[in-house]
Formats: sequence, structure tokens, C-alpha cells
Amino acid sequence: MRTEDLINALVADLTVSKASFRRILVGGMALGSVIAAVEFLFWIGVRPDIGDAMETARFLFKFVVTLCLAATAARLLSRLATPGVSTGFWAWAWLAAPMLLMVAVAAELIVTPETAWWSRLVGTNARFCLMLIPFLSIGPLACILAALRQGAPTRPGLTGAVAGLVASGIAATLYASHCTDDSPLFVATWYSLAIGLVAVVGYVIGSRVLRW
Amino acid sequence: MIFGADEMNIRRSARARRNEDMACSEVRGGYVGLRGIEEEWGLLMRAALDGDSAAYRRLLASLTPHLRTVTRRNCARIGLDRGEAEDIVQEVLLAIHLKRHTWDVDRPFGPWIMTIARNKLIDARRRRGNRLTLPIDDLADIVTAEGSDDATDRGDLDCLLGGLGERQRDLVRSLSVEGRSVQETAERLKMSEGAVRVALHRAIKALAALYRGSGDEN
Repeated sequence: MRTEDLINALVADLTVSKASFRRILVGGMALGSVIAAVEFLFWIGVRPDIGDAMETARFLFKFVVTLCLAATAARLLSRLATPGVSTGFWAWAWLAAPMLLMVAVAAELIVTPETAWWSRLVGTNARFCLMLIPFLSIGPLACILAALRQGAPTRPGLTGAVAGLVASGIAATLYASHCTDDSPLFVATWYSLAIGLVAVVGYVIGSRVLRW
Repeated sequence: MIFGADEMNIRRSARARRNEDMACSEVRGGYVGLRGIEEEWGLLMRAALDGDSAAYRRLLASLTPHLRTVTRRNCARIGLDRGEAEDIVQEVLLAIHLKRHTWDVDRPFGPWIMTIARNKLIDARRRRGNRLTLPIDDLADIVTAEGSDDATDRGDLDCLLGGLGERQRDLVRSLSVEGRSVQETAERLKMSEGAVRVALHRAIKALAALYRGSGDEN
């Protein structure tokens, strides 16, 4: 087939209105968030003492970290999947969440006695944290990866990993309102493990399904 | 960390080469010329995204010789012959088509098209790298964008067409090689126009997937 013949076929396949990729990606993230939220409300639910917890800085800080991660990773993701757009500032912005967490860990180590460190780190919900964050990530990750297949990421594995960060950021935000372990020591250990796991899964799936 | 050293090298040299390409264009047509053509492509693409098929045809026809020049130059460097370069041009055109809505109309068109082309070149190199081909000499590097009529593909796309079903192949041939319209093709194959469009779109996606997969066996 000559190149001119191929052009005939491509021109014949031109369709009028197709949503821009950016809109598709935002839609994927929104749909994924709704799925995770519904699963959360049906099967997991917020902690019983949420009213009191809302008044503590440690509880609120969990949302600062998880929302920060989801938002910065989402911006990076959109850039990774759009050809000709450099990641620039956003390649590093997602590190704000772990850095904030490190500052909080340092503060926690200062204000709590050494004898309490270990019990705060181990907490009471570590097992649930490691199971529920990845579980809640499944819906968002699937929706985001499906949306990304409409995009054109030049680095499929990396893009998949960042999709994992966005999905687990959404999942961790929901889970944080269920979890009664609020110490930054707990969050830095178990949330990070769970989120890291989802990012690895995202990398593996992404490097397979995001090639184009 | 994410890439192998080899891929990093390709990426880096692709970038260096792009700078050379830009430099050449500056010498040939002047900086204004380069910007002018990029703007024109952007306008055509915008019209195409709104459904203007005449603009889309002009865009693809105008892009092809440039893609051919860049691809041949790159192929010469990595030891692929001209026939393969033409196959890569076709692959790039398929990618432009299937990914056209990832172009943000508020951004310049140049970086978008270069990224698509570069990605396909990296793919092609990875895929065909093991195949033994005679490297051609440096003269091939001096191919100009005007040499657009001597397209000699090696027929990869025809082989890939063989991977489609008979009816799908017939349909694609009718719309491409035979140059019939969607309406004529629909009448000839006794299908509705909508069904022809759906089948064509599937066939184009399948071709792109076959291109992508054809390297996995090597």
C-alpha cells in the first residue's frame, strides 16, 4: 500500500467530534473516584468518632498528604500522556506529599516520648491499611488506565506507576477517614507501603497496556 | 532508572538530531519559514479536529515528505534501509491519526508531532534492531523534503493487511488503494455507511496494533 493510499483511508476515518484526551482523563479520574467512594461507603465506612477526630491536627493532616499526592500526581500524569508537553515542574511536585510527611514525622518524634514511638508506628490497623488502600485503588486504577489508553504516553511504565499514585492517592484519602491510626509515624510506614505497592502494580500493567 | 542505557542514548541522540533538523530548516527556509509551516499545520489540524476532511488531507499530504526526510535520515543512522523508512512513515501517520485528539489546540503543533514521530522511530529501532540490514552511506542523509515521489515501502502494511479478515481487507482496499468514498464502498459491499465507518476505524486500530505487535516475534 502506498502512503498516499493510507492517507485516503485515514481521511475517510476522520470523525467530527471526539472528546479531547484531557477531558477523557479527567473523566476517568472522576469515575474512578466515584467507584471507590461508593465501595468505601458500602463496605468500609467512616470511623465512628469522626466528629471528634475532625478536631485533631493529626487526623486532618492525613488528608493534606493524600490529597496533595493525588493532585500533584494527576497533573504529572496528564503531562506524561500528552506528546510534546514537558513534565517540568510537575516531575518533582509530587514529592511534596512525602516531604510534608517527613516533616510531620520529625514533629511527631519531637512531641511524643520515645517509649510511644513503636506503638504509634505499629498502630492497630496496619493490616487493614495494607489491604484496603490497594482494594479501593482497583476501580480508580482501572478507569485511569482505560483513559490513558486514549492518550499517547511515551513512557508507558512510568505513566502506569504515576497512575498508581493517583489511584492510591484517591483510595488513601477515603481510607484515611476510616483509619483510627493518625500518627504520622503510622501514615509514613503503612500508607506509603500500600501506595508504593499500587504504584508498582501500575508500572507493571502500564508497561504492557499503555504502548501505542 | 526506568530506561535501559540504550534507550536513553536513542532519546538523547533523537533530541540532538531534532536540534540539527531545526538548524537545517533555519538554514534552508529561515526561522520564519519553520514557524510558518508549523502554524499552518496547526491551523489545518484544528480544522481537521472540527471534521474538515479536506484540511486533514492537506495536513497529512504536507506532513508526509517532512516525515519521510526525518525518518530516512534517522534510519540511515541506525542502519535501516529506505523501504523500512517508508513503512515507519506509514506507522507515524497511523499514530498521528489515532492520537490526534491528544494535541492540545492551545499548544504549538511542532513538539507534538516531533514526539509522536520520535516515539515511533524509537519503537522501530527497538523492533527492527536485530534484523540484519546493510547500512547505507551518508549520502542518504542529504535527502531533501522535496523527494516525495520516490516512496518505496517494503510492503509491511500489505503484509499486515493480510492479518485482517477478508471483508475488512476488502473494505480498507476500497477506501485506500481504490480511492472510493465511504458511500461508494458501502454500496459495493452492501453495508450501511455507519457500518463501513465502524469497520474502517476498527481496521485502522487493528493495523496500528499489528505494527506494534510485529516486533514482539523478532
